[in-house]
Amino acid sequence: MTVSVRERMESKLRQAFHAAEVEVIDESHKHAGHIVHEGGAPHGGETHFRVRIVSPDFAGKSRVERHRAVNALFAEEFAAGVHALALETRAPGE
Amino acid sequence: MSNQQTLDRIKQDIESNDVVLFMKGTPNFPQCGFSGQVAKILGHLEVPYKGVNVLEDMEVREGIKAFSNWPTIPQLYIKGEFIGGCDIVREMFQSGELVSAFKTAGVPVKDAAQA
Repeated sequence: MTVSVRERMESKLRQAFHAAEVEVIDESHKHAGHIVHEGGAPHGGETHFRVRIVSPDFAGKSRVERHRAVNALFAEEFAAGVHALALETRAPGE
Repeated sequence: MSNQQTLDRIKQDIESNDVVLFMKGTPNFPQCGFSGQVAKILGHLEVPYKGVNVLEDMEVREGIKAFSNWPTIPQLYIKGEFIGGCDIVREMFQSGELVSAFKTAGVPVKDAAQA
């Protein structure tokens, strides 16, 4: 059984951050109108994701720093055709 | 790899305009929902800005990602400072931080709270 992009992203987040909550949602179906994705991901493939993560690692970090830290984990996924990543990054209590 | 000429062009755009939005499409005709959301927020705030359509230039499209160390479009710059992408701009708009950032930068902005 192949591991989906979504599952791989979740496990990367769990490894990289002390996370109280991690959720990766595949929203590719909402963007089915895009015919050709950069990186050549097949039409109907996993291309658009939403990440929700609550981690104490984000405390005291700016939004840009938080997003950069998350984006940096997914260089491989972006290169392989992931096209959009909506991020909700919070520290506990925010 | 992005060439130096492209990076210089990006730098020049950012330095010579107070507010720059690197986007897919144009302010009036965004071609991506995320770019469209940011254009709508800037329009709502009546902020003058330069929209750079990355779909017109593959070099800029890749170059801006390297320049900002940010993998996605749209990207908003205020007075040469990278602010963020769609999610960050939306959160800052909702919290009022975006209006403050424009005011601090001396950019004319319509402040709904004072209207």
